[in-house]
Amino acid sequence: MGQELINLFVKSIFIENMIFAYFLGMCSYLAVSKTVKTAVGLGIAVTFVLVITLPVNWLLENYVLQPGALSKWLGAGFEEVDLSFLSFIMFIAVIASMVQLIEMIVEKFAPALYSALGIFLPLIAVNCSILGGSLFMQERAFGTIAEATVYGLGSGVGWFLAIVAIAAIREKIRYSNVPAPLRGLGITFIITGLMGIAFMSFMGIKL
Amino acid sequence: MSTEVKTKESLFSKKNQQLLKDPFNDNNPITVQVLGICSALAITVKLEPAIVMSLSVMFVLAAGNVIISLIRNLIPNRIRIIVQLVVVASLVILVDQFLKAFAYDVSKQLSVFVGLIITNCIIMGRFEAFALGNGPWKAFLDGIGNSIGYGVILIAVAFVRELLGSGQLLGAQIIPLSWYIDMDKGTGFYANNGFFLFPPMALIVVGMIIWAQRAKNTKLIEEN
Repeated sequence: MGQELINLFVKSIFIENMIFAYFLGMCSYLAVSKTVKTAVGLGIAVTFVLVITLPVNWLLENYVLQPGALSKWLGAGFEEVDLSFLSFIMFIAVIASMVQLIEMIVEKFAPALYSALGIFLPLIAVNCSILGGSLFMQERAFGTIAEATVYGLGSGVGWFLAIVAIAAIREKIRYSNVPAPLRGLGITFIITGLMGIAFMSFMGIKL
Repeated sequence: MSTEVKTKESLFSKKNQQLLKDPFNDNNPITVQVLGICSALAITVKLEPAIVMSLSVMFVLAAGNVIISLIRNLIPNRIRIIVQLVVVASLVILVDQFLKAFAYDVSKQLSVFVGLIITNCIIMGRFEAFALGNGPWKAFLDGIGNSIGYGVILIAVAFVRELLGSGQLLGAQIIPLSWYIDMDKGTGFYANNGFFLFPPMALIVVGMIIWAQRAKNTKLIEEN
């Protein structure tokens, strides 16, 4: 059991990296990667939200949305009920409200972290990697809540690594003579592509 | 918001035409505004899912823009993100159920990316930037224009990747089979570049498109 969780953790960081394998959360990845400092803040916030929303959505999926899930705790009359068509709206509602909740808690108990994260915290509600995490969780049908949590943590750490790495590269690339039309966005795309190719070398690993 | 100039404008005035045309080049959602990349790249291995995706986004964006624009004066400012998410999520559920019913194979190929239209930054971005401040007809045009700009890039990338990666377009063989290298007979000179089927190539192809576009349209060039 423990070993499986470690495997899942490593796999979700390197082999199924949110950015390099699925391109999730690219918008904020490109917009907020100009300096390492802001990239670290956003990376921590995304990891945080993923770790909290994935277990909640797992509970929702397994006890409310799945076909027959309601009968697990409401009795036999609900075996026919299939609410899975509601999953998008439920997941996004959970994510938006969790982000709001986390924002309030962090503001109350850790003002320093709150001011460090700044505007990024509320924007995470519309970060594709968060909803993507929940949807992948649903598609892969994780058996236990522990797996869902570990998957969330791994994906978050993978995303964190990716954004910090690209921010560091972008800080350095200012000193290079990039062709004018490629400056800024274009070269960032190409570098991300090259980093993705590097990450592909993890693909053959069987865990 | 209600300070719009109430001059009579024809439905396709110069200004409204601009709304349709701008996103095509000068204000392209993907290559200039950097919106909606998340779902754009993962589904461009083949042309068919890319076309379906563009049409889905067009429906969601145009309909969502009109809805948000109609209720823009009723939404309290503080909860507008939630209201927007509910509108998008309901539209995306419609699209998802429709695809599952009528195009099951494509819906399987798109997997989670149909759901990810909800968090596609193009949609929230256009709601925030345009629909909240303009009337329904303009919002509709803006939605159509931006989704065309998005679709064009998507289809261009998918075209390159499917043609070079598997020698096909829309599943039909384009490169003649007799061109392929045949070790037994010692004929042929061509092989598919399987690398184009991997995700990183999508990024590099978009990077090249950006390069070409900015080389032509020099006012888009940014500082480092």
